Amino acid sequence: MSEIAEKVKAIIIDKLGVEESEVTPEASFTNDLGADSLDTVELIMEFEKEFNVSIPDDQAENIATVGQAVSYLEEHAK
Amino acid sequence: MELKRVVVTGLGALTPLGSTVPEYWNGLINGVSGAAPITRFDASKFKTQFACEVKGYDPENYFDRKEARKMDLFSQFAVVAADQAVADANLVEGTYDPDRVGVIWGSGIGGLRTFQEECVNFANGDGTPRFNPFFIPKMIADISAGHISIKHGFRGPNFVTVSACASATNAIIDSFNYIRLGMADAIVTGGSEAAVTEAGIGGFNALKALSERNDSPETASRPFDKDRDGFVLGEGAGALILEEYEHAKARGAKIYAEVIGGGMSADAYHITAPHPEGLGALNVMKNVLRDANIKPEEVDYINVHGTSTPLGDISEVKAIQTVFGDHAYNLNISSTKSMTGHLLGAAGAIEAIASIMAVRHNIVPPTINHFTDDDSFDARLNFTFNKAQEREVKVAMSNTFGFGGHNTSVIFRQYND
Repeated sequence: MSEIAEKVKAIIIDKLGVEESEVTPEASFTNDLGADSLDTVELIMEFEKEFNVSIPDDQAENIATVGQAVSYLEEHAK
Repeated sequence: MELKRVVVTGLGALTPLGSTVPEYWNGLINGVSGAAPITRFDASKFKTQFACEVKGYDPENYFDRKEARKMDLFSQFAVVAADQAVADANLVEGTYDPDRVGVIWGSGIGGLRTFQEECVNFANGDGTPRFNPFFIPKMIADISAGHISIKHGFRGPNFVTVSACASATNAIIDSFNYIRLGMADAIVTGGSEAAVTEAGIGGFNALKALSERNDSPETASRPFDKDRDGFVLGEGAGALILEEYEHAKARGAKIYAEVIGGGMSADAYHITAPHPEGLGALNVMKNVLRDANIKPEEVDYINVHGTSTPLGDISEVKAIQTVFGDHAYNLNISSTKSMTGHLLGAAGAIEAIASIMAVRHNIVPPTINHFTDDDSFDARLNFTFNKAQEREVKVAMSNTFGFGGHNTSVIFRQYND
C-alpha cells in the first residue's frame, strides 16, 4: 500500500471511528462507513490539509469511496 | 381553562460534586467544595486559576469517539444528565406518546470551547478559511436540546432558552407552562454549561466577576461572608423530567415533588450589575408566589442565587426581607454555589434539584465557607452557614438571576400521595 493510501486510511479510521478492516478500497463513506454529509465534508477537508491540496467542490462530489480518495490524492498530492 | 398539575418524576446531574444525583446530594449535605485548580487548560497566566470542574469526566464512558468528537462538552454534559433523568423517570417506550414529550434546555453560552478553537485555528492560518463543518452545529446553544431529542426520539416542543445564569430556570418555567397548558405530557428540562476555557475564565476575569483567591480555591466561593470576592466558575449539567400529574400517575411514576409556580422579571437597570435595591429580585419573588398562589409564610427554604459577589448577595437579601417581612427569619436560606461554584446557564437546573431534594428529604444544604459576618446582612437571618440543617421543607423556592437583568424563580412543593 502506498504512503498516501496509508495516510488516507488513518484519517478515515480517526474521523469516522471505524475499524481498520472496514476501510477497503471499495468501501463507500456513506453507505459502508456510516458517514453523513457533514462527515464527508470533514474528510475532504482533512485530505486537503494532510496532502496540501485544494479539492474543488465538483471534484469532491466524485470522491465517494476509499479507493476514489486514494487515486485522486495520488494524482494531485504535492 | 383549568391548568394541569405538573410534577417532577426524574432527575439527572453531572456536577463538580459528583456525576450522579445521589453523589451530588451527598456532597451538598456534607458541605463539600467542588473547587480545585483548573485542569482544562494552562491557567498559570490567568488572574483566576481554579474552578469547579466536573471531576474525572471521560467522554468515552458515555459516547463512542466519533459521537463525542461532534459534540461540545456542554452538549455531552446535557446528554449525560438527560439520560440519567430519563432512566430515573423510567420513561420507557410504549408508556408515552413521543410526539407529546419535549425537550426544553438551558445554556447561557453554548459551545464556547468549540468557538474558541475554531477562531484560533483560523487566526493561526494564512487567512484561508478551513472551518470544520461541525463548527456551527457543535457551538450553537440549542444543539443540546437537539441531541437529547435525537437520542430518545422525543418529538414534542424542542428549544433552548438563553438568559445567562437564569437560562435553566427559564427552561424549567417554560416546561412547566407548556405542560400545565396541556401542550405536552412530559418535558426533559434543565441546563448545561462548559465554560471553563481560556475565553470563559479570561472573559469573566476581565469583568472582575471571579474570585481570585488562588491560594485557597475550596474556600473561595463564600456567599454572604464579609470577605467574598467574586464567584467561582463551575461546569456541568442538571436534568429534570417534568410531567403532567395524571400522566405520571397513569404510568405509576415516582413523584419527587410538585412544581407549583414560576416567576420572571427584569431589572431594566444595567447589563451586569444588579439593581441596588434588588427591584427585579423583589418582583420575581412576588410573581412566583402569586403564580403558585401561596402566602410568603408558606415558604420554608430559599435556594438563593447568592453567587458570592459583593453587590449581588446584598441586593438579593434586601429583596427577600422586603417580600417576606418577619417570616424571613423563619426561613432557611442557602447558596449551594458555595459548594458547586456557579454553573451559569446550568445553575438553575442543579439548584432546582437541590431544592427538590431538600423538599424530599427535609434537609437544607448549607452555605459553606462562612468565616466572618458581614454587617450588611441582618444577623437574624438563617443562611444555613457551614452545616446542613434538618427541618421540614414543605415548600422550597429557587432563585436565579442573569446578566442582562433577567430574574427567574420557581417553587417546588412536597408531594404526598
